[in-house]
Amino acid sequence: MSEQSQDYTTGQHPDLPAPITSTGVIGWARINLFATIPNTILTVLAVLLLLWLIPPVIDWAFISADWSGQTRDDCTREGACWVFIKVWFRQLMYGRYPVDEIWRINLAYIIAVAAGILLFVPGLRGKPWIGLFLLAGFPIIAFYLFVGGSFGLPDVETPLWGGLFLTLVISGVGIVASLPIGIVLALGRRSKMPVVRSLCITFIELWRGVPLITVLFMASVMFPLFLPEGMNFDKLIRALLGVMFFSSAYMAEVVRGGLQALPKGQYEAAQALGLSYWKMMGLVILPQALKLVIPGIVNTFIGLFKDTVLVLIIGLFDFLGMVQLAGTNPDWLGFAIEGYVFAAFGFWIFCFGMSRYSQHLEKKLHTGH
Amino acid sequence: MKVLTSVFLAGAAIAVSTGASAGTMEDVAGKGFIQCGVSQGLPGFSNPDESGNWTGIDVDLCRAVAAAVLGDASKVKFSPLSAKERFTALQSGEIDILSRNTTWTLVRDTALGLNFAGVNYYDGQGFMVRSDLGIKSALELDGASACVNIGTTTELNLSDYFRTNNMKLNPVVFEKADEVVAAYDAGRCDVYTTDQSGLAAQRQKLKDPGAHMLLPEIISKEPLGPVVRHGDDKWLDVVKWTLYAMIEAEELGVTSANVDKMKGSDNPGIRRLLGVEGDGGKNLGVSGDWAYNIVKQVGNYGESFDRYVGPKTPLALERGLNALWSDGGLQYAMPVR
Repeated sequence: MSEQSQDYTTGQHPDLPAPITSTGVIGWARINLFATIPNTILTVLAVLLLLWLIPPVIDWAFISADWSGQTRDDCTREGACWVFIKVWFRQLMYGRYPVDEIWRINLAYIIAVAAGILLFVPGLRGKPWIGLFLLAGFPIIAFYLFVGGSFGLPDVETPLWGGLFLTLVISGVGIVASLPIGIVLALGRRSKMPVVRSLCITFIELWRGVPLITVLFMASVMFPLFLPEGMNFDKLIRALLGVMFFSSAYMAEVVRGGLQALPKGQYEAAQALGLSYWKMMGLVILPQALKLVIPGIVNTFIGLFKDTVLVLIIGLFDFLGMVQLAGTNPDWLGFAIEGYVFAAFGFWIFCFGMSRYSQHLEKKLHTGH
Repeated sequence: MKVLTSVFLAGAAIAVSTGASAGTMEDVAGKGFIQCGVSQGLPGFSNPDESGNWTGIDVDLCRAVAAAVLGDASKVKFSPLSAKERFTALQSGEIDILSRNTTWTLVRDTALGLNFAGVNYYDGQGFMVRSDLGIKSALELDGASACVNIGTTTELNLSDYFRTNNMKLNPVVFEKADEVVAAYDAGRCDVYTTDQSGLAAQRQKLKDPGAHMLLPEIISKEPLGPVVRHGDDKWLDVVKWTLYAMIEAEELGVTSANVDKMKGSDNPGIRRLLGVEGDGGKNLGVSGDWAYNIVKQVGNYGESFDRYVGPKTPLALERGLNALWSDGGLQYAMPVR
């Protein structure tokens, strides 16, 4: 120690670059992959596992896979048979929606995507109006487009709806409806009015206390028994109502979490300013509370999106249901794996997209407090 | 479970008591189509084709009823139903016919307030083995290991069969049908057993379907047929005689191709069936050419069978029990006269 300090002259020294073993790829690998002996062993094992897993998967999905053809005879069965997906693609996307009317679904998709892109354009004015249009105007347009029966569009019955389209309809309705209903329920649960409070608590606990599959099953099987003969609600509407109530009960609890996380001073400050209850909530409390619980809200959305596959139990064919249904055609037996891989990929795209959007929102709304 | 059953039966009873409506015949004539409950995809019985139309022998039955009642086989709307909701859908009036590979049992016929209109497919539990084992009969399976779904009647039937025939059984059980097939394909057992129609469909999922064969023995009874609501005799008659007309047409050699020519036939049976003579249609409450419409638009029973499950389809099911009574099977239509 003492010898070193003798060689060391005081004063300014030039900055030396960090040693090569702690920078770049080598440094990163040393710190993250080979820091200790157990760490090194795990790294080697993980690499071996990947080497063992990935080549067969790539071979199955791409190299040996069959891409062209029209029938199962075009498949060699050595790899994946994507012909199956190709032949059934329209039904996987739109269900049994009439071919001549599919443009209506596509038009609605285009409107939604266009409005969504406008929301991302930085510095564009009137964004709140676009948002309002997406949440309030678009559902009405979509309703008339999908159902038809007016404006010269032919009627398309809901039993013909299916595939990814139905998944998006159910989750879209659930998402758009659950947030406002959930906020109202959360406020009601924290209300000082006993009747409102107990009504909200009952509603939330009732819907949260039963599994979604039970809700759907009740809506589809028990509910018609209580109606007079000949009076039938559309099955899809029954399912949509079930999904809506169910997800808004969950949403209410997520929002309530945000309300409780705000310090009491915020409420008192707003009241001291003389704001009414709704102004206090709308201008001070909710903007902060909702921002806090964005991860929770998006989590509920993603969960809802994936839960929509449960509608299969009541005879509606969502994306996954359609994949399974296609696999029951005698000409296409035995392609379940291709179907499931495709469905998993589709679901992943949507869920990952939602998750990225929520991170973007969090960053944008982060005001650093 | 008992509580659940009684709740379900009580629910069913409510439905039955409120179910005494004007009559399905009038409803159907009024709305102009038949609402038909089918499965959520069972190969050959009810499954969609590539362009989204429902096909299969269960589907054909509904189309035949539409042809008989409305004169147009395309006037059917299909409701895919899960096994659990199928009876409620019928009881609540959501559908007019349930044509969904439903086994005719005493409880369903009585306590659930349903009526079975006949049997359009006699199914039963069968066996599949590798062809190179050289086994020709299930009685040679002593000591064999059998892949089977756990906790099903299939499993019980299997052990009963082996016990009554004094054979030793090594069951290899699994939870899911796909697991059973995979295990059998991987050679973990000598024989795979489930309902025959199911065996035929699952066989297509094997690596080499041609290397396997079905044994002739059927060890359980699964009569599958169309179901209607209890207490609507007129509608029951129509569905019942639609099925009979399809079988009778096959017996008389009337097909969708030759039905127009057959109208001029001298055979009194054919003339009565096609409405040239007699007033069978009037008695049923449908038009005189009801059976002509069925055969012309849908085909006879044999045509429907061959189209969706017969030897030329991927399922390759033999007629077996479903052959006409005159060919040693069980399909027997009551005389149309």
